[in-house]
Amino acid sequence: MSRASIWEYANPRTFITTTDKVLPPIAWAAAACLIVGLVWGFFFTPDDFRQGSTVKIIYLHVPAAMMAINAWLMMLVASIIWVVRRHHVSALAARAAAPVGVVMTLITLFTGAIWGEPMWGTWWAWDPRLTSFLILFLFYLGYVALWSAIENDETAADLTSILCLVGSVFALLSRYAVNFWNQGLHQGASLSLDKEENVADVFYFPLLVCIAGFVLLFLALVLMRTRTEIRARRIRAIMARERHA
Amino acid sequence: MPNLGKYADAVLSAYAVTLTLLAAIVLLSLWRSRRVRAELQKLEERHKSDG
Repeated sequence: MSRASIWEYANPRTFITTTDKVLPPIAWAAAACLIVGLVWGFFFTPDDFRQGSTVKIIYLHVPAAMMAINAWLMMLVASIIWVVRRHHVSALAARAAAPVGVVMTLITLFTGAIWGEPMWGTWWAWDPRLTSFLILFLFYLGYVALWSAIENDETAADLTSILCLVGSVFALLSRYAVNFWNQGLHQGASLSLDKEENVADVFYFPLLVCIAGFVLLFLALVLMRTRTEIRARRIRAIMARERHA
Repeated sequence: MPNLGKYADAVLSAYAVTLTLLAAIVLLSLWRSRRVRAELQKLEERHKSDG
């Protein structure tokens, strides 16, 4: 794909025509990966020698946490494209991704608390990673609220882009807090390119399938929600024209 | 059903919360997508008939 052709998708009509074709296979692939990964992880993996059956929560907690952080980073890229090139589709894609990010962050916080209680003896601790995740969740809520509070789409896109830039600090902190501050309850990364840090293979492979499922589900939801936002913006434009006619 | 032992409540509630939240965002997104599409179609048809 040439560099110039990427920007063709900034045209709302091209975006909708293209996603008409790619959305169904992505959605089906997401469903397949989630079903296979979760069934494999829940029914066909052994208990961990230290964590017992709570290790099965890894198939929910880790992919959701990865997506909570990466959703914000995707919103950051889309916001920068909006600020630099003023493509409405990118601003609307960032808007579309935020509620999905809220859900991923909520899943991470809930499953983390449920997992933490039997393992750490507490639902919550003001640990660097947990705290930065809670702040990221509040940024998500603020981002969604700001889009809803401002009537003018361009002003809303400008202000939410700035909020997204500021919130990116906490998105990165959520990922690297354990490395920055060598304290707290939360352990380091369960997965990395460095094979020595990875969980055992018996947990690793179903986890990879679950991660693929969460990534594809996020992609399908963002594409579908961006299409909705494009249509909603068109409705607002038609109604504004009617009011001024 | 695997034997989850003394952590059964924790594991099952984590799965229940996650699946409920995922189902909620999928269903809400589908519902809003259909509603907005129908609304836009109605508006555009009205515009066409108005000339």
